[in-house]
Amino acid sequence: MLKLFRNLQKKDWLFAFISFILIAFQVWLELKMPDYMSEITQLVQTEGSKMADILVNGGYMLLCAFSSLICAVITGYLIANIAARFSKNVRKKLFNKAMDLSMGEVKEFSTSSLITRTTNDITQIQMFIAMGLQMMVKAPLTAIWAVTKILNKNWQWSALTALAVVILLSSIAIILTIVLPRFKIVQKLIDKINNVTRENLTGIRVVRAFNAEAYQEEKFEQVNNDLTQIQTFNQKAFAIMQPIMYIVMYFLTLAIYIIGIYLIKNSVMANKISLFGDMVVFSSYSMQVIMSFLMLAMIFMILPRANVSANRINEVLDKEVAVKNGKIKEDTTSEKGTIEFKNVSFKYPDAEEYLLQDISFSVHQGETVAFIGSTGSGKSTLINLIPRFYDVSSGEILIDGVNVKDYDLEYLYTKLGYVSQKAVMFNDTVLGNVTYGDNGKVKSDELVKKAIEVAQAQEFVSKMDKKEKTVIAQGGTNISGGQKQRLSIARAIAREPEIYIFDDSFSALDYKTDSTLRHELKKHTKNATCLIVAQRIGTIMNADKIIVLDNGCCVGIGKHKELLENCEVYKQIALSQVTKEELENA
Amino acid sequence: MPKRPMEDEKAKDFKGAIVRLFKELESFKILIIVGLVLAALGSVLAIMAPNKLSLLIDKISEGLVIKTDNLTAITNNIQTNFNEEKMAEVMPQIINIELNEKTMAQIMSSKDITNEEKKQFQSFMMAMQQGNQAENFALLKDLPDSILAIILPDSTYNDVVITTNDKKAFLTLINSWEEMASNLTMPDAIAEVLLPSINIEGTVVTAQDQNSFLKIMSTLGENPAATEVYAKIDEMPEAIIKVVEPVFDMAGIKKIVIFLVTLYVLSAIFSYVEALSMTIVSNKFAQKLRKRISYKINRLPLKFFDKNQTGDILSRVTNDVDTVAQSMNQSLASLVSAITLFVGTVIMMFVTNWIMAITAIAASLVGFLFMFAILGKSQKYFIERQKYLGMINSHIEEIYSGLNVVKVYNGQKQANAKFDKLNEKVYDANRKSQFLSGLMMPLMNFIGNFGYVAVCIVGALLTMNGTISFGVIVAFMTYVRLFTSPLSQIGQAMTALQTTAAASERVFDFLDEEEMAKQDKITKVLDKSKVKGNIEFKNVEFTYDGNNLPTIKNFNAKALAGQKIAIVGPTGAGKTTMVNLLMKFYDISKGDILIDGISTKELTRENIHDLFTMVLQDTWLFDGTIKENIIFNRQNIPSEKVEEVCKIVGLDHFIKTLPHGYDSVVSENDNISAGQRQLLTIARGMIEDAPFLILDEATSNVDTRTEELVAKAMDKLTEGRTSFIIAHRLSTIKNADLILVMKDGNIIETGNHEELMQKKGFYADLYNSQFEL
Repeated sequence: MLKLFRNLQKKDWLFAFISFILIAFQVWLELKMPDYMSEITQLVQTEGSKMADILVNGGYMLLCAFSSLICAVITGYLIANIAARFSKNVRKKLFNKAMDLSMGEVKEFSTSSLITRTTNDITQIQMFIAMGLQMMVKAPLTAIWAVTKILNKNWQWSALTALAVVILLSSIAIILTIVLPRFKIVQKLIDKINNVTRENLTGIRVVRAFNAEAYQEEKFEQVNNDLTQIQTFNQKAFAIMQPIMYIVMYFLTLAIYIIGIYLIKNSVMANKISLFGDMVVFSSYSMQVIMSFLMLAMIFMILPRANVSANRINEVLDKEVAVKNGKIKEDTTSEKGTIEFKNVSFKYPDAEEYLLQDISFSVHQGETVAFIGSTGSGKSTLINLIPRFYDVSSGEILIDGVNVKDYDLEYLYTKLGYVSQKAVMFNDTVLGNVTYGDNGKVKSDELVKKAIEVAQAQEFVSKMDKKEKTVIAQGGTNISGGQKQRLSIARAIAREPEIYIFDDSFSALDYKTDSTLRHELKKHTKNATCLIVAQRIGTIMNADKIIVLDNGCCVGIGKHKELLENCEVYKQIALSQVTKEELENA
Repeated sequence: MPKRPMEDEKAKDFKGAIVRLFKELESFKILIIVGLVLAALGSVLAIMAPNKLSLLIDKISEGLVIKTDNLTAITNNIQTNFNEEKMAEVMPQIINIELNEKTMAQIMSSKDITNEEKKQFQSFMMAMQQGNQAENFALLKDLPDSILAIILPDSTYNDVVITTNDKKAFLTLINSWEEMASNLTMPDAIAEVLLPSINIEGTVVTAQDQNSFLKIMSTLGENPAATEVYAKIDEMPEAIIKVVEPVFDMAGIKKIVIFLVTLYVLSAIFSYVEALSMTIVSNKFAQKLRKRISYKINRLPLKFFDKNQTGDILSRVTNDVDTVAQSMNQSLASLVSAITLFVGTVIMMFVTNWIMAITAIAASLVGFLFMFAILGKSQKYFIERQKYLGMINSHIEEIYSGLNVVKVYNGQKQANAKFDKLNEKVYDANRKSQFLSGLMMPLMNFIGNFGYVAVCIVGALLTMNGTISFGVIVAFMTYVRLFTSPLSQIGQAMTALQTTAAASERVFDFLDEEEMAKQDKITKVLDKSKVKGNIEFKNVEFTYDGNNLPTIKNFNAKALAGQKIAIVGPTGAGKTTMVNLLMKFYDISKGDILIDGISTKELTRENIHDLFTMVLQDTWLFDGTIKENIIFNRQNIPSEKVEEVCKIVGLDHFIKTLPHGYDSVVSENDNISAGQRQLLTIARGMIEDAPFLILDEATSNVDTRTEELVAKAMDKLTEGRTSFIIAHRLSTIKNADLILVMKDGNIIETGNHEELMQKKGFYADLYNSQFEL
């Protein structure tokens, strides 16, 4: 938590300092008020007091209250500013950091966790700063101050107040120790109930097809009963809190009065009236003390939560980015669109097994190279090494004759047109999605139009309400999977890259669209190099080079016909999809 | 990440929703009434308490006041016995001047008396003959002691011995009558004679006591301060202190304390029982609602799920139900207690003292008006904050989940620009809303203090007029607090109630959704073991709700027992819809589907489902062990059977490599690939025989080599069964007995693979496109 506070700026510290002083002043004022209160009490009590005195004291008290309000307002303003600015800065920092992370680190955190860290966790911290910080200064200050005010009065009262505080705090502690572990169970049960319901919903057709409704309902009911039982228990335990607090506070007041009676009774006449005043004042100070201890207890409850959030944020901020940026920002060789893999091996940093082993091949400008292999053979991993989503564990990858690690990433990316396995759509218009990003060139309308055409997206885009201006919902929920894939292909085409990378990007297209698209693409991009990962033999049959992967190893490189003859794995894959005659006839 | 639907905090029909809520709560009537009555009672007690507490303080402060009655009694006694008249009357006897021949001779002859003194005595004698008694007494005191000793010898009066000195002092005292007010010293003997002892409340105040009282009191100046008087009392003789000292009305105090203790304990018990009953109600109610939702899910037609998202329904089960329960728990009881408190306090205040009541209400109201004004203003910023926070969060979500694309397309600048813009807006809205919401607490405090001071000042004024007692002020100090807190509580409870209404409306809307048609009238049953396996589609037409055009049009087909029927066609052709109709997930709009000549309309859904084994494209596995997932809801399946099936689909080896084998929990093993998941669902389908088999893209997640293995196993299984296969990959279905080629809801071609290839129609086109580049 403290570490995160380093993100506060000088201005924030100044604000915090002013707030601290104001809070201290506020506490002083608030504790001053009972003095005036007792003054008023005494004045009212004794005969012959002048109205003017009461008015003066009342005026002072009101002045205290009003000054305290003013202090609180200013403090509130300052702290709201600190909290908002702090969250703004940390959010920005985190967002930038997240964008710098390589895929390995993203995977380590998981995308959804990164999202919660940037959203919820920051909100948590902000809330803590806004509310907790003020309390954290105010509560101990009030407690100490009020205690010192109380201490020089009669010890019996002080002892009593201390006892009340002890009772309150220990009952809170007891209840919490009973309830807190159960809270975690509740959270788990809620997850479980969500899970069972989600299962039922996502598998609704399966459940119905198997007549498994009762089975699901029983499962649900079990969790439901568990949840209800434990939650009822928790709430019952918590329900006792309020009566305890109520009893302790009022009994304390009562006890202070009773002790007061005895003290007054046994004192000399001269002290009686001042003892009475003390008693009234003490009862209000003791409430202050108790309240401030309750506040402290509350802080101890919210502090760990905020701390967890702070740690989660720090984890990301402290993460060292494995993929370091290179320096080359311009072409240093005359090569264009060439790729070379030299003994490339890859494994995840902590993993034992290699995902890719000793892969070597080279690609010339304008060539189409396809990668095929069963699920988990490493095709996608291989292709993801080129845009440096991960860095090779050994060996090197050269693009246009330069190691990818030496390129400035931004410059490297201007060369690439990458289409991911899962089509990514942004909440923007069709046009915005297609022209997305920056490659240092202006994307003319004509070019974009052409890209949409080549990607076979014209057909459905023209049917949309606002054509290219239609807004795609977040995650592309308002268009189908195939449409998303075609738009993301159009996005790559609009970039006019030297190298295309298609990571299984045709899977959601039917055969016909798939084939037309590839045909058009070939016509449009004669000089561009093309890397294709695919499952379908049909998609890659005509590639200039097919690289067959099996368990991370390259088991065959060559053209379709060659591989059919000399690569057993390729042959098997091919035969599982089409018959022998068809293979030979094609 | 699924996007959570925006929470709509306002109910469409607030009143309707609340009425409905209470109707649904009918079965918890007694507990609710108990809770609410206790809440109201608790408030009544809370109002009573301060009054009693103020009474206690009154009693205590009464114990500070000296007993003026007794004081007056003493003073009266002194005054009646010690005044000029009385003096004139008793003085001669007390002084008892022995001025006769004998004493005169004694004086004149005394050697101890100087001549001068004798001369003085003679002049005194002369003066005495002319003067009156009082003057004589004054002269007397000036005589030298030696003479006085003779003419005023010790004498007894009323059995009290009065010495010469006493007499002299007395004379001095009498002579300075006017200055007597200060520093009054009277010889005890004289006092004894003059002041009769009095008996006050059993205590005898002797003349001596009265004398010292007189002496001490005389040291006070005119109009002494109360504290000075109190301090003097400490110096007085015991008897006086005993009589005058303030005494606590211990019996009365005890009574009040016992009453208060009972009241506080009762109040605490009430609040606990109230909380308990409301907790039970809200949790049981939540349980009931969740259960009903869970039942409802399985009784809704599938078309409902086409229109509603999983996330939305899910949020009803957890968020909405929870919101209903919790906000109800908070709002109902606190609303009742707050209103009781508010009304009660107002009544009590007016009953106690109307001027003070108006002061307290006016002082608080001013503050509250101010607060509501601020609240109204801040609402805008809260909404803005929520809006921009939502926007920036979804931007973050979008960028993070598409991070690789963002990077490769150099979209960081674009992403940053949008982020900064939104971040700035969030910052601004955050700042303002945080500030305004932070204002509430101090403002509330100030209102409390303001009310306090107002009450104190007006109270002090009234006390000095003697209109009210000090206790009333103390009571009002509490009333002011009691009065301000329910106002904000009512506000909070109303917002909570709004939330309750909105959430419960969503829950009840869901529970009120139209369920699938009842099947009471269906009597026909197809016995699984006797089914032959013929299916006929007759002019089937089907339109999805909300669609204008039918998805399936005039569909006619016949599947004979044991045939393998494949359905192919581009996405959106209606393949899956066909299966859904066959399974009676949807009711057909026109036409009929016949199983062994019996219309599916005449069969229950459960009966039909029983006849089919179905494997779907989505690899649906639930959180449980592998074995549980395969057996699912079927009963009496031996472990051997499970293993056997897994061997067929080629999973046995893989499963045995897992740490717990067949008892491995699916969710804990994320190394189970999509393909393996699919195989598990296939195994699930295979474990029990049924006359019909449906494979809806069941192998699309398996790589082609595995698919071939599975297909072979399937072929074995489908022997003798009528099977329907929907496939994307045409290689899978080439050996089908009948291929139905669908396009736009119609069957456009039928036949087996060879026939269709020869036709060179749509199918052939589709098939050949696999090999083109």
